[in-house]
Amino acid sequence: MSSQLNQKRKGNNMSQTPQKYTLLARLLHWLMALMIISTLLIGVAMVSSLKNYHWLMSIHRPLGIAILLLAFIRLGNRLWNPPPPFPANMSTQEKMAATLSEYAIYVLMFAMPLVGWAMLSAARYPIVLLNTIELPFIFPQSLKWYAFLRETHTILAYLFAFIILSHFTAVLVHTYVIRDGLLTRMSLWPSGKSSSVASREDYSGSSSAINGHQQANPPNVS
Amino acid sequence: MSTQKDLPNGVTTQPLSSVALGTRLLLIAIVVTGGAVAFFYAGGWLSPNELTPSRLADTLELVGGKHPGYRRNHAKGVGILGYFESNGNGERLSTATIFRPGRANLVGRFSLSGGNPYAADSEDAVRGFAMQLTTNDGEVWRSAMINLPVFPVSNPIAFRDRLLATRPDPKTGKPDPSLMDAFTKRYPETIDAGKIIAKRKISNRFANTTFNGLNCFYFINSSGLRMPVRWSLEPEQAFESADKALPTQDQNALFDGLSVDIRHMPLRWHLIVTIGTSEDQLNNATIPWDDLHERVDVGTLTINTIQDAEDSQAEKINFDPLVLPPGIEPSEDPLLSARSAVYSQSFTRRSGETREDHVEPAKPEAKGK
Repeated sequence: MSSQLNQKRKGNNMSQTPQKYTLLARLLHWLMALMIISTLLIGVAMVSSLKNYHWLMSIHRPLGIAILLLAFIRLGNRLWNPPPPFPANMSTQEKMAATLSEYAIYVLMFAMPLVGWAMLSAARYPIVLLNTIELPFIFPQSLKWYAFLRETHTILAYLFAFIILSHFTAVLVHTYVIRDGLLTRMSLWPSGKSSSVASREDYSGSSSAINGHQQANPPNVS
Repeated sequence: MSTQKDLPNGVTTQPLSSVALGTRLLLIAIVVTGGAVAFFYAGGWLSPNELTPSRLADTLELVGGKHPGYRRNHAKGVGILGYFESNGNGERLSTATIFRPGRANLVGRFSLSGGNPYAADSEDAVRGFAMQLTTNDGEVWRSAMINLPVFPVSNPIAFRDRLLATRPDPKTGKPDPSLMDAFTKRYPETIDAGKIIAKRKISNRFANTTFNGLNCFYFINSSGLRMPVRWSLEPEQAFESADKALPTQDQNALFDGLSVDIRHMPLRWHLIVTIGTSEDQLNNATIPWDDLHERVDVGTLTINTIQDAEDSQAEKINFDPLVLPPGIEPSEDPLLSARSAVYSQSFTRRSGETREDHVEPAKPEAKGK
């Protein structure tokens, strides 16, 4: 669909490159990566700071809710535009691990803000976003539930940070050691930021193989 | 490592030399470790000497004892209900809807300082009053006030150090004077505040106690003017000195008296807003604002119901002083963010705990403030 259109458009501009995620998917990926990493860092920083607690908290809340909104758009886009295939050199186990970590990230993009929202609701903290925008409560008032959700929020945050770091490590290894052009699928700039020019150029003669591969590979999310 | 590797999708790469491979893996390890370190640094794990909300709550537990399910400070308290009636005088000061003429719902809590919920009432324990005002359109304002005229310290580190310095010696049951001397040498700015606090007049009941917000906030009015303010609750109930009539037999004299007073007739306080000037230090709660300041009576608090501490509405609320409606904003006073952080810490801890049955007789306890 539009990922193929994308592919064609790229193909017209220059020699052919490995298939990419749609532009919207790539923009959302990098924007949300920035937002999620910021929100995680702000989260751990604010709970350990007396001085910065309040103003960091007032950024953390709207950032989290913005991530939740973008997560809906991103999930919709992914269901509508299946992601490009993994590089063919990846083993079945590698593909499975990558897919599972992607699913985990999707779940966490929804779960983290929702748990945060529910926990503030259970505690009946007014959930103020930007000065006057206030969210409704989505959970009954309960101290016990607040304590549970608050703990869950922390555990999910550590898990999220761990998965992001694993994802980051895997992509670096693929890009700079295995050099299979994995990152090219997600890069914002046209030719991809792969470590070796040779590997990118070597993709050029094989667009039919890539296209054929996508047909053979079912989409990651269905 | 000299053969070419053909990847199944047609990508062909020159194999990396052992050195190049090692270098790349090393660089990746450094970058990834850097990311992990950034996370741990942000979370304060690499600065063990920094005072964090958690460590301040630990200090409160150390000094006041551990009492599961209770607030880490001002553990002894009782919930109340009532209403606030605005007279409209505050409308020119702040856009908060609470200041428009009319009624707002009140959930509140009277308390004594310290971490022990079973401590005997004493006249020099710091009295607290926390309130949550909710207007009809849902705006929420929370404030926790005490009966001191100024706060003894200006920042959270001094607060922690004072807690430790005023901790009763296990042998004598009294604070060690040498610790307090060391404290005042270290924080000479607390001496003046200490004198003002020592001179205060203490009333014999909660009902005739004045409660002060102490920290400075900003009121923002409809023309966008930001006014520094402090606020107080001044009782309509007449002052009677504590040295006349605080019975010493009753461990709960203050709370029992409050219960009797509220059941007898609704109690009233006036919410007084004091407007700061350019000469005032806005970020230092140890310094009093003198009587020449403009004071505005913005309305009356009426308390008509007392609730059992165990299941009162007040027990479900964290009276975070930075839960503010639009039209009221915090000042840069470092105590405010610190209070918000530690109240949250205390709230989170007690929410997950179950209260134990109280069996032992009440012990003498430390002054928390």
